[in-house]
Amino acid sequence: MDVYLPIANLSVNGLIIVLLGGVTGLLSGMFGVGGGFLTTPLLIFYGIPPTVAAASAATQVTGASVSGAIYQHKRGGIDFQIGTVMVAGGVIGTGIGALLFKLLTALGQIDVAISVLYVVVLGSVGVIMAREAIPELFGGRLAKLGKTPVKRRHHPLVANLPLRWRFYRSGLYISPLAPLLLGMAVGMLTMLMGIGGGFLLVPAMLYVLGMSANVVVGTSLFQILFTTIATTMMHALTTNAVDVVLAALLLLGSVSGAQIGARFASDVRPELLRFILAMLVLMIAIRMAVGLTYRPEEIFTVVPL
Amino acid sequence: MTRRGRLVLRIAALLGIFACTTAQRDPILVPEVSQHEVVVRQGFTGADLLLYGAVLQPDGTRASENASYDVIVVLKGPSQPITLREKRRRLGMWINADSASFRSAPSFYALASSRPLDDITDEKTRAIYELGLDWLQLSPIGGIDQQQQDHFARGLVDKRVSGGLYRQDESGVTISQGVLYQARIPLPSSVITGNYTAETFAVEKGRVVASATSDVVVAKRGFERSVEVYSQDDPIIYGLIAVILSVSMGWIAGRLFANG
Repeated sequence: MDVYLPIANLSVNGLIIVLLGGVTGLLSGMFGVGGGFLTTPLLIFYGIPPTVAAASAATQVTGASVSGAIYQHKRGGIDFQIGTVMVAGGVIGTGIGALLFKLLTALGQIDVAISVLYVVVLGSVGVIMAREAIPELFGGRLAKLGKTPVKRRHHPLVANLPLRWRFYRSGLYISPLAPLLLGMAVGMLTMLMGIGGGFLLVPAMLYVLGMSANVVVGTSLFQILFTTIATTMMHALTTNAVDVVLAALLLLGSVSGAQIGARFASDVRPELLRFILAMLVLMIAIRMAVGLTYRPEEIFTVVPL
Repeated sequence: MTRRGRLVLRIAALLGIFACTTAQRDPILVPEVSQHEVVVRQGFTGADLLLYGAVLQPDGTRASENASYDVIVVLKGPSQPITLREKRRRLGMWINADSASFRSAPSFYALASSRPLDDITDEKTRAIYELGLDWLQLSPIGGIDQQQQDHFARGLVDKRVSGGLYRQDESGVTISQGVLYQARIPLPSSVITGNYTAETFAVEKGRVVASATSDVVVAKRGFERSVEVYSQDDPIIYGLIAVILSVSMGWIAGRLFANG
């Protein structure tokens, strides 16, 4: 099934894109992440221009997080107060991301920057996730080798920030600057990498902000939903790179995949899921690193003047 | 009457006129393109254009099979100003290092000839008529030295050849019975829209003795055109539509599966 993408300006096999969306949807259903970290690189490997890939993947993540956010809202799993602060940060972050995008495009380094970001962000997150998941998975014998973590509510840096607000649902009395900055950082990455940032948000909210666990997933979905909406708008306004046909194809796969994945998730041990996710994240990081260090097939790139 | 039949009549009529009126020694060249408009819309995977026509001796008779004219056809897309960047290995990574800008790089260039260009034309002719990928006039911007310029020009050509946007097929024109020529030129799905020109050259003893051009328009139509126009002219509405699309698809899927 050949489908012509009007913004990417090329013809692709529609089934492959739907399938790709399906795989990321499956993952997002299983792991509770948006799956953007997988979509963007796979689209780039498939031959879609990096900017179009990042922009359209962000649009897809919106759709992938809608039903999860509604579900979490129903079970009271969203702290709207801290969520709103994070979304505000996210919107500022997408603005900064757009400026960086423009600057890097002018310098001619946008594709390199996207790859480097993928290697750094996914590489470090993947290593941290693997280090936690491996002892969990292989039982107590290995776990004893690791140091027992010091119990603390939130990161000392967070406690030092000025101005304190009470966030009742999250059980926090911290500076709103902390969630604002976190939202900004993720928003920036969403703009540049086309990821929702769930795999960054959840651990950061748990271990850096110290939010209570029962609102972490819901609030991160809330943040992702609105930050990716802001990203789509920002891309539409600045890079003109949102391809609705591409996004629709991805969505078709991912929204159905997400539902199937959610069913899978309840049957599999959570530590195994975390381990698989860590390996996936590391694989993408390694693939991107290989792409950067090996002589690329295309030495030259053409950009309109 | 069939299209082909009408065409033959048209060619015959034109040949008649030419035979009566031309006194000079130029051969008669009657070119035609299978499609003057290529529509890019859903399902577009590229198109094959047929450039064909007839070439006759000045007196209207056909050239003998072994002394016939050689024919070169060129299909050229709109020229664009571009910057070409070259990746170099820096700190172990392949990053964009050098760049060069060209004012007029054709977005598409396909040449087909009846025999190898070296055998039928001299360098001067090729330079004048931009015949062949080595002779594209890219008009470099800024003062970069010749060697660097050639290096980047070669890079551009290699890149676009591998993407199917540039091609040079030196046996792509077939001439039957010394009169009718035809060449098939494939357009890949990544062609840009705009006005293309199809040029036909009749060549004899290294010289271009007759030439003719005709236009081909590549245009997006319908939904594809609306999407492109909207995304440029009304980005807020376009962005909102994309957002509504993704939110509603996610929501509907959630509902469907929850009930099912």
